[in-house]
Amino acid sequence: MSAMEPQIALAVPAVGAVLIALTGRWPNLREAMTLVTAVVLFAVVASLLPEVMSGERPAVTLFTMLPGLSVALRVEPLGMLFGLLASGLWIVNSIYSIGYMRGNNEKNQTRFYVYFAIALASTMGIAFAANLVTLFLFYEVLTISTYPLVAHKGDRDTVRSARVYIGILLSTSIALLLPAIIWTYVVAGTADFTPGGILAGNITGPAVGLLLALYVFGIGKAAVMPVHRWLPAAMVAPTPVSALLHAVAVVKAGVFSITKVIVYIFGIDFLFAQPGSEWLVYVSAFTIIAASVVALRQTNLKRLLAYSTIAQLSYVVMASAVLKPLSEIGAAIHMMAHAFGKITLFFAAGAIYTASKKTEITQLRGIGRRMPWTMTAFTIGALSMIGVPPTAGFVSKWYILAGAFQADNYVALFTIIISTALNAAYFLPIVYWAWFSKEDSAPTKPHGEAPVAIVIALTITAALTLAFFFFNQTALQLESQLVGRQK
Amino acid sequence: MIESNLPALQVVLPLIAAPLCLLLRRSTLAWLVAWSASWSAAAISIAILLKVLSSGTISYAFGGWAPPWGIEYRVDPLNGFVLVLVSVVAALIVPYARRSLLAEIRSRQHYLFWTAYLLCLTGLLGVTITGDAFNVFVFLEISSLATYILIAYGQDRRALVASYQYLIMGTIGATFIVIGVGLLYLMTGTLNLADMAQRIAQMPLVRPELAALAFLTVGISLKLALFPLHLWLPNAYAYAPSVSTAFLAATATKVAVYLLIRFMYTVFGQSGIFDNLPFEEMLIALSLAAMFLASIVAVFQDDVKRMFAYSSVAQIGYMTLGIGLANASGLTGAIVHLFNHAVAKGAIFLLLGCVALCVGQPVISKMSGLAKRMPLTAAGLVVGGLSLIGIPGTVGFVSKWYLVMAAVEKGWWWLAGLVVISSLLAVVYVWRLIEVCYFREPSQKMSEAKEAPLSMLIPAWVFVFACIYFGLDTSTTVGTAAIAAQSLLESMQ
Repeated sequence: MSAMEPQIALAVPAVGAVLIALTGRWPNLREAMTLVTAVVLFAVVASLLPEVMSGERPAVTLFTMLPGLSVALRVEPLGMLFGLLASGLWIVNSIYSIGYMRGNNEKNQTRFYVYFAIALASTMGIAFAANLVTLFLFYEVLTISTYPLVAHKGDRDTVRSARVYIGILLSTSIALLLPAIIWTYVVAGTADFTPGGILAGNITGPAVGLLLALYVFGIGKAAVMPVHRWLPAAMVAPTPVSALLHAVAVVKAGVFSITKVIVYIFGIDFLFAQPGSEWLVYVSAFTIIAASVVALRQTNLKRLLAYSTIAQLSYVVMASAVLKPLSEIGAAIHMMAHAFGKITLFFAAGAIYTASKKTEITQLRGIGRRMPWTMTAFTIGALSMIGVPPTAGFVSKWYILAGAFQADNYVALFTIIISTALNAAYFLPIVYWAWFSKEDSAPTKPHGEAPVAIVIALTITAALTLAFFFFNQTALQLESQLVGRQK
Repeated sequence: MIESNLPALQVVLPLIAAPLCLLLRRSTLAWLVAWSASWSAAAISIAILLKVLSSGTISYAFGGWAPPWGIEYRVDPLNGFVLVLVSVVAALIVPYARRSLLAEIRSRQHYLFWTAYLLCLTGLLGVTITGDAFNVFVFLEISSLATYILIAYGQDRRALVASYQYLIMGTIGATFIVIGVGLLYLMTGTLNLADMAQRIAQMPLVRPELAALAFLTVGISLKLALFPLHLWLPNAYAYAPSVSTAFLAATATKVAVYLLIRFMYTVFGQSGIFDNLPFEEMLIALSLAAMFLASIVAVFQDDVKRMFAYSSVAQIGYMTLGIGLANASGLTGAIVHLFNHAVAKGAIFLLLGCVALCVGQPVISKMSGLAKRMPLTAAGLVVGGLSLIGIPGTVGFVSKWYLVMAAVEKGWWWLAGLVVISSLLAVVYVWRLIEVCYFREPSQKMSEAKEAPLSMLIPAWVFVFACIYFGLDTSTTVGTAAIAAQSLLESMQ
């Protein structure tokens, strides 16, 4: 079969959104539509993989947005990995959504599935964007299409949190990212993602650091402090949204964009040679430590996971900022490893809420005996966050550490060591309480596991977290192309 | 025969149709006349623009009297573009207007409304197409007088006051313009704009020339509602009938902006008069004031029409900013924003007309729960609002891209920063509306409302689609604007 063209990956969820809207009256059909769309999307994205692995770069130009600047797609290794990740986990997440939305009798379910599909379409657009303008277009579409998902509940507090969400994401992107893109375009005469970067020779001195800052803080989705506040605010959304969007698609779109800008716009060699970009390592290191410390103090499970996400995202940013081939590979792999682990943790949190309506970590004593599948998955996810073998988190941490050694970057090294300890400090007590403590009091309504769809979903992602430790060759081969190594 | 006389027909057709409405007196007949006149005018303007783009500037000698003695109609890419904008907007609003007028104006007055509407269209097209300075004044007065009527038809009694306020301000503006034109005539002995430009360039710089520039600039600025001469606009837009607001917001100020470009670049462009004047700096400062102050005021409005009226004042600031930047990107941005803002505001005011039809005067508290009862109207308002913010994928993004690029090219970083920060203010007032429409329970009156009729929704949604289409594929709009900007800058050399 000849490979599909990349625009089909955008068209599938977009058409899916229309079909979901049309079949909204019949819940079974509507949800079947969601699943079919997710499976087809994954098949389309996967069909691009062999081509990209063999060094091809499928590309298409859609239309001219500005003279010399087209809305265009081009599949390169980093985007390939991100596309596979988001579309693959969407299938699992759809199974989970069905269990969760029905289990909790949520309102406006059709709207939920429609905007979810639109969000996935724009995620594909971000993954395959061939230039900065295309990236920016889909970045904003993703922000706006996730707003109704965050504000789903529609009550006063939710709307207020959603306002923080949209306010921070829109204002950082318009006030910082857009000028950065225009600046790049004016000095380089192009905005295409080019291997080796486009800025070398066009900009020097402190301006490099400033431009990098505009990008890093303009891409608010990466949640580098101090633009991280939207992520805890977004936790008012239903758990499937937190799981796929705020642990995978949206936040990864952020760190993915930063990595892509560093690799294809600045070029790592150019940036490494320039003074004035080390600050990014410090800022992301600070974010990692600070977010972990804040996570230690959280009592709400979802908020704890949100702060853990902020810390883990900055791992990716820090790995990119180390500017060595191995660390760039580590950044790409960590996007994937963290996605598997964190979506499992969110799935578990939602499962606990659906089965028992518990949201605080102090309520979790002894819950392992009532929900053994859920808590096993949670334990695997937590171990992956800490980076214990045999989980996915170990693989990526290995590469990031190797990159840090390559660059003699001791700040990065120590940050990883300290944060590993902090991760253990906030995850292991939960695991311990869940399995080895006795329940304070028996719940008024005895419960077992969450609905079966939820259990299936979190079992799959937990299995993926383990499997990625053993089967990561494809991803590594793909990403070694990113830094110009042939397999 | 017809083809060579298209420039004359462009103006004469609506001019003849206007008294026809007056004679027919019947509401429906007058509407049909307006329909056929405006759609023909739209077709003519498109034919003219295509001809200009393929074979260069058209010069039409009115009545066969050769310029510079006779009146010349002169169409280059710039005013060809504006002609299309004005006439197509006018044509799309006519089918929409039927239902809206029935609800807002007594039916025995409809023919008078249509007469005024066509006269206003005539005036706007005339100002745009003519190459004669005195003709500019005459057509400007025709359009202004018709505008006062269009505003005064508002249901709210405050419409009369608003119209009167605009009449006073508009008359001052027109007087200033005629004084400016008179001074120029005195100095150069010609009224033909192209001829005038050449003669000014050869003259030594004298004081009456400066006075003419001052009178013209202030007069035109009153018409285009440049801050701080914008005070007539919010009331006029808020209390006029929905149809009038949409028509005026999308066309009238745009024609005035065109006029400013015409005088600044074509007439005074070669004279070197700006060399010792902080003219551009002043324009930029006033534009910035408009962008920030008007947006801040918009945030605190409860009447949604007023809110978007203040937003118009801010958006006009973007256009004058581009004019003041005076480089290729800035001027392209200004011209393309003329179009883009017309499309976005046209969509918004037409949809607010739908709201007015179904629940009455659109104040923010009455619009709660709009999305539940009128989902298409609400969705269209969201797209229009996103366009005002300048989200990529909508027209607003394209204009903002050029304005920021123009500032960056000049090395004015602070200005690039201010442009993007000012658009964040739009986020505030647009999101305030979105939250009310989508996350509040419908009010008593809203819960009885139904979606607006298709005859209104379809024209409104044509504008909404245009907001998205011309935000993604800009080859026509930016293409034409870039050619126009290019030729203006070349003529200054």
